[in-house]
Amino acid sequence: MVDIENLDIKKAHKHLTDGDFSAVELTEAYLNRIKKQNSEIYAYLEIFKDAIDQAKKADELIKSGQATLLTGIPLAIKDNILIKGRTASAASKILENYKATYDATVIKKLKKEGAVFLGRTNMDEFAMGSSTENSGFGVTKNPVDLSRVPGGSSGGSVASVAMNGALGALGSDTGGSIRQPASFCGMVGLKTTYGSVSRYGLMAMGSSFDQIGPITKNVEDAEIIFESIKGQDKMDSTSYPDSIYLKNKQKGNKKKIIGVPTDLLKTKGINKAVLDNFNDSIEKFKKEGYEIKEVTLPNIKYSLAVYYIIMPAEASTNLSRFDGIRYGLSVSGEKLFDDYSKTRGEGFGEEVRRRIILGTHVLSAGYYDAYYNKAIIVRKLIEDDFKKAFKEVDVIITPTTPTPAFKIGEKSNDPLKMYLADIFTVPINLAGLPAISIPSGYEKQEGSDLPLGLQIVAPHFKEDILFEMGKVFEKISKSD
Amino acid sequence: MDLNDVKKLATLARVDISNEEQKNLLEDLKAILGYVDQIQEVITGEINPAANDLRNILREDVDPHESGEFCFDILNEAPSTEDGYLKVKKIL
Repeated sequence: MVDIENLDIKKAHKHLTDGDFSAVELTEAYLNRIKKQNSEIYAYLEIFKDAIDQAKKADELIKSGQATLLTGIPLAIKDNILIKGRTASAASKILENYKATYDATVIKKLKKEGAVFLGRTNMDEFAMGSSTENSGFGVTKNPVDLSRVPGGSSGGSVASVAMNGALGALGSDTGGSIRQPASFCGMVGLKTTYGSVSRYGLMAMGSSFDQIGPITKNVEDAEIIFESIKGQDKMDSTSYPDSIYLKNKQKGNKKKIIGVPTDLLKTKGINKAVLDNFNDSIEKFKKEGYEIKEVTLPNIKYSLAVYYIIMPAEASTNLSRFDGIRYGLSVSGEKLFDDYSKTRGEGFGEEVRRRIILGTHVLSAGYYDAYYNKAIIVRKLIEDDFKKAFKEVDVIITPTTPTPAFKIGEKSNDPLKMYLADIFTVPINLAGLPAISIPSGYEKQEGSDLPLGLQIVAPHFKEDILFEMGKVFEKISKSD
Repeated sequence: MDLNDVKKLATLARVDISNEEQKNLLEDLKAILGYVDQIQEVITGEINPAANDLRNILREDVDPHESGEFCFDILNEAPSTEDGYLKVKKIL
């Protein structure tokens, strides 16, 4: 009997290598759970029919003594990460029938370890959104409370793990798309340092922000998947060599100093329960003997404004490849121009069209300097603010989101309101920093215990500090 | 910004957008641009926007894969092809 409620990657690995159950049995247990839950939650867009065959191969690896920690571990993959020969749609009608012609680098690495891919998960179309309501194929529900969103854009990936329909998942994070849904569903989500994990085979949204990262049940599992997928890749020119981690490796066991950006916490619109919970977390760290220090990040208040200029600029450029000619949907018009225009008009959803138009505007002659160029300078100032702060402290903590999971439909008609939900996560992507969201407690609302999350941020390529501090926090937040 | 600007942007971006949606889009864009305009108050002085830290590394142009190795897979995904070429409506 496979007890999927209490499994994590290390435990599952031990059971697999001890022969308590096989990878096929483990995969079957997850497929059964998916069968029961997916019609209601809609975490998965597709369950892969060959999952059991993949598990059989994993069992052979295990038998031959070649198993790694991820061999036979059932994972869910966000629908914007390519797996050769399988549909990859980014939850967009424009790619509904597109089959990937190559493996993303992260997929190649996981395949080599014999991980089992259960299916591809729902998301906001092209990763544009914070609720998974922008999917072209239907809304994913929060497993904790079905009337609420799971967050987004990696809502399907997070929901799949939260409903015990996968032991871990891959998501992508451009402005909070891993951490925010992880927080909303009570899971752990890691946004990796820009350049640590290859983006090859990840459908591009905002190329100077996008990173792939894991969603898991605990910090150790996130670390295991991160160790497997990271590394320099000649197919991604922005990826860094592994030597940077050796260079950055911590020396000694000095107790970390924790920074708190007090000015950011004074922003309007932050839920009182979120602030109370955050202050509790600070107290817990203090009790453990950690020094808490206030840090100032004077330009961080411009983060969302900067992000909503640069991201649509990059997205509108990246999405110009969807033209009805290369691949995907093709709608025929009178002339070639109409082929483009009709294909894109029909194939893209509303939010995608909105960001394309916005990006086209901020990049157009006459507005380019005032918007795009100005934004990249302010982005640099924000990055410098973090650099200065990290001279004083080892990590910075914030709540992951200003509110717990909101109701389905609550913000879907007001794009600006939806954008403001990313206030704590977006600055991290602007600066390319690594950050992790860890469950920190609950807020009771209408009879539901809605999860809250703590975000821990570290300097570039210092994921090891996130794992160290994350494990500390897991321990001290469970002990009460 | 007015409705004509939205129409022009839709043309530039090659996205067919209905008249009804253009009206909604205009209101959304006004709200979003009104919000992001706050960056204009940041005094940035003489910082050169090109001088940021984003790196771009080019690989050597060597060791090509075998010619045609991926053609079939890729063309297979194209909506319209003929004799190994993409087929489009006449351009001129």
